Amino acid sequence: MIAQMLFSRHEKKTVWAIGLILLVAALVPLSNLLIPDGNFLHVPDHLVPLLGKYLCYALLALALDLVWGYCGILSLGHGAFFALGGYAMGMYLMRQIGDRGVYANPLLPDFMVFLNWNELPWYWYGFNHFAFAALMVFLVPGILAFVFGWFAFRSRVTGVYLSIITQAMTYALLLAFFRNEMGFGGNNGLTDFKEILGYNVQASGTRATLFAATAIALALALLLSSAIVRSKYGKVLVGVRDAESRTRFLGYRVENMKLFIFTVSAMMAGVAGALYVPQVGIINPGEFAPANSIEVVIWTAVGGRGTLIGPIIGAVLVNFGKSIFTAAFPEFWLFALGALFVATTLFLPKGVVGTVQQYLARRQEQKKADAIEKAYQEKASAKPDAALATLEPQAAE
Amino acid sequence: MYRAIQTFLVALCLLVSCLATGLRAQEDIRPLVDALGAGGFPQKIEAVGALAASGDAKVAEILQNLSDGKLYAPKTGGAVYLEGPDAGSYVDVLTGMAVADVPGNLAKIRLNNGLRGAIGAALSQLTLLSPDRAARLAASQDLLKDANPDNLELLNSALAKEQDAEIKATMEAARAVIMLKTDASAEDKKAAIDMIAARGNRDALAILTAAMDNAPDDLKPAIQTNIDSINRSLAVWDVFQNIWYGLSLGSVLLLAAIGLAITFGVMGIINMAHGEMVMLGAYTTYVVQQTINTVAPGMSDYSLVFAVPAAFVFTGLVGIAIERSVIRWLYGRPLETLLATWGISLILQQAIRTIFGPTNRQVDNPSWMSGVFEIGGLSSTWNRLWIILFSLSVFVALLLLLKRSKFGLQMRAVTQNRRMASSMGIRTPWVDALTFGLGSGIAGMAGVALSQIDNVSPDLGQSYIIDSFMVVVFGGVGNLWGTLVGAFSLGIANKFLEPYAGAVLGKIIILILIILFIQRRPRGLFALKGRAIEQ
Repeated sequence: MIAQMLFSRHEKKTVWAIGLILLVAALVPLSNLLIPDGNFLHVPDHLVPLLGKYLCYALLALALDLVWGYCGILSLGHGAFFALGGYAMGMYLMRQIGDRGVYANPLLPDFMVFLNWNELPWYWYGFNHFAFAALMVFLVPGILAFVFGWFAFRSRVTGVYLSIITQAMTYALLLAFFRNEMGFGGNNGLTDFKEILGYNVQASGTRATLFAATAIALALALLLSSAIVRSKYGKVLVGVRDAESRTRFLGYRVENMKLFIFTVSAMMAGVAGALYVPQVGIINPGEFAPANSIEVVIWTAVGGRGTLIGPIIGAVLVNFGKSIFTAAFPEFWLFALGALFVATTLFLPKGVVGTVQQYLARRQEQKKADAIEKAYQEKASAKPDAALATLEPQAAE
Repeated sequence: MYRAIQTFLVALCLLVSCLATGLRAQEDIRPLVDALGAGGFPQKIEAVGALAASGDAKVAEILQNLSDGKLYAPKTGGAVYLEGPDAGSYVDVLTGMAVADVPGNLAKIRLNNGLRGAIGAALSQLTLLSPDRAARLAASQDLLKDANPDNLELLNSALAKEQDAEIKATMEAARAVIMLKTDASAEDKKAAIDMIAARGNRDALAILTAAMDNAPDDLKPAIQTNIDSINRSLAVWDVFQNIWYGLSLGSVLLLAAIGLAITFGVMGIINMAHGEMVMLGAYTTYVVQQTINTVAPGMSDYSLVFAVPAAFVFTGLVGIAIERSVIRWLYGRPLETLLATWGISLILQQAIRTIFGPTNRQVDNPSWMSGVFEIGGLSSTWNRLWIILFSLSVFVALLLLLKRSKFGLQMRAVTQNRRMASSMGIRTPWVDALTFGLGSGIAGMAGVALSQIDNVSPDLGQSYIIDSFMVVVFGGVGNLWGTLVGAFSLGIANKFLEPYAGAVLGKIIILILIILFIQRRPRGLFALKGRAIEQ
């Protein structure tokens, strides 16, 4: 049944987008590995992790769009779920370093040796297994979101209040992870990774594979999101977004619906973080900064919230712009980003994709109207009274 | 330790001498100084006494140099010279000017214990009997910290002459400490213990604890009871100190949040650029201070007085500009307002960084705000007190403005029922703009205060924005009293958690508590009552 739900009745453009992402997943690694350096079609080595980073951001933006675009929950703390997933993966990568660290301690990561710790804290157990770490990538953000959402949605904290407390949540985590005593590397975070599943993280083959994995994860997430929003549950979710009380009075358990989508979204964000860390090579508490989470919101807004493809396009576009800008005029990036925030909210409230969709829909309607007009004209020239009679029911529609 | 104190005293005297001495007075003591180089030790001791008796401000420095072995004189007697900065060079003892032609047979003026004792006594006496009140106070406090039985006689004579109550109390305490160290009678020692215990501060506790070790057995119970009672009173004072620090932090939070209480609480605008308004206020203070320093340096102590209205007007205008250009298009869409104002905050930050550079700017504390005062066991810097007073007066002024003025009435009317207010002839767009300007202006005034205690950098506002939102949400939106209670209770709770959990963990605990609190009361401490399901 789940399979049927996943694979049936997707919008045509979603299917196209998934196909396109999968194509990218295949083409970029192939071109990087097979086409010789210097060729026009060759994707250089340094670009692969950068593109991978964009796709991780796209996945994060998609996760945010699920809760914001379809359920009206503006989370300013999605960066926290992203970072937690990243830390789970980072802990696995740290344990993989083994005795190749600076202090050559077979069990303890370097920063613990540096802090004079003698044994591994209990919460680091199990992270030497990839499967356990992968499970934690889902569970840690998922459980946090579940507990947080359980309290927040049950007491009907909505709107800006929810936004502010999600921001407080990521801020509290930021402060907590900065502390050395937490055992997550403090200020410096986790870095200096060597291997993932036995492959060198720096090698171009591993990077290409990680890129492909990210793109596939994004495609799967898009598929899942599309299945969710096109299901009956998804329709009610939009109802919650637009008229929460009315939906509640109709008998739906609004808090449970919110809790489910919030938890799923947090897990997606966690996966994005987990894929981000091996490609970027570091995870530090800066990822929890409230500013980061707000930036995710603007990617989603630029692309178009409430459209699944929009956030993906928005995240890639904005981050591409950021890469260009910070290299060319570093002074002006914040001006540009700030202006983007203002301009998007003032002039493009539906985002790029939303605006295009609106334009297309309007044109289609216009066409339809033109056709009716034309039919009326034709009939009117032949038989005026009958033409009026045919037009009336259509106009009432 | 003693040497360090001596050096300090000398530096103090130097300062005094710079202010008070003229050249002529210096020349008067030259024969006395030259006498230091002649004759045997008894004569030299006499010369030291004569110098000390002269009362010249330069004497302390000369005696210090003598005791440091820096003075030179011909073996046969004659003019005394001070060793210069370079080896083999000499300078004049009184003026410090280099002397080119010195007699060839210069030798260091030797000291013996008798002479050293005379110098030490003379130095203490000089400062304990100094006409300058601050010098006497410092000397008596030093004596209290480092009570030397040798100084007892000197102390007694100084006590007999002392008029100032504070110095007298310090001297008496020092005398009591000395008494404990000497073999005075048991009654005298008991009186001394009571004397010290009456001071009741940490110093007294340390003195008594130290005295406990070599006290005779019959005195020990008395000392112990006094130690216990001091400990008890210190614990009580600790609570007050924490409350005071909490009030101080709370007043900072109140200042930062009170503008937000207007824009967010009254107008419902999520103003993420609020922190940047605070930052702009702090930079206005910097600019005003720089301007006054160049235009009228004499007024620089009062630059804050000018900075407060300047910051209010400037940030208020910026606020009105933001409201007219961006926010007015977004009424009724709070989440979009949040994003747009966040964008504005990025632009403002970068603009300041481009104009003033990314580094911290130095804003000076005026003299009337620096320094420390003590009330009982509670010590505080003056700027804490000023900021508490400032934030409370801003709060009261705002409250009066809202409840008593015509503008406040219109503002409340518009927030309660926009269409009705509009029908009654109130220009609601203007009221919106002015209200937002008011909130921003208050944030700017907060910036003036924060420039005194925090680094003035482009990121200044970022560190306050989350705290401000917490205060407003905790206190209850749309209620100024809630903001007041929220700010002070968060500040005090933070300061009480800090000793147990540390600053960072304390803050995390507060954040978690607020998150949990909002679950219990989604509309804050003092929620506005209404019948609407959704707003």
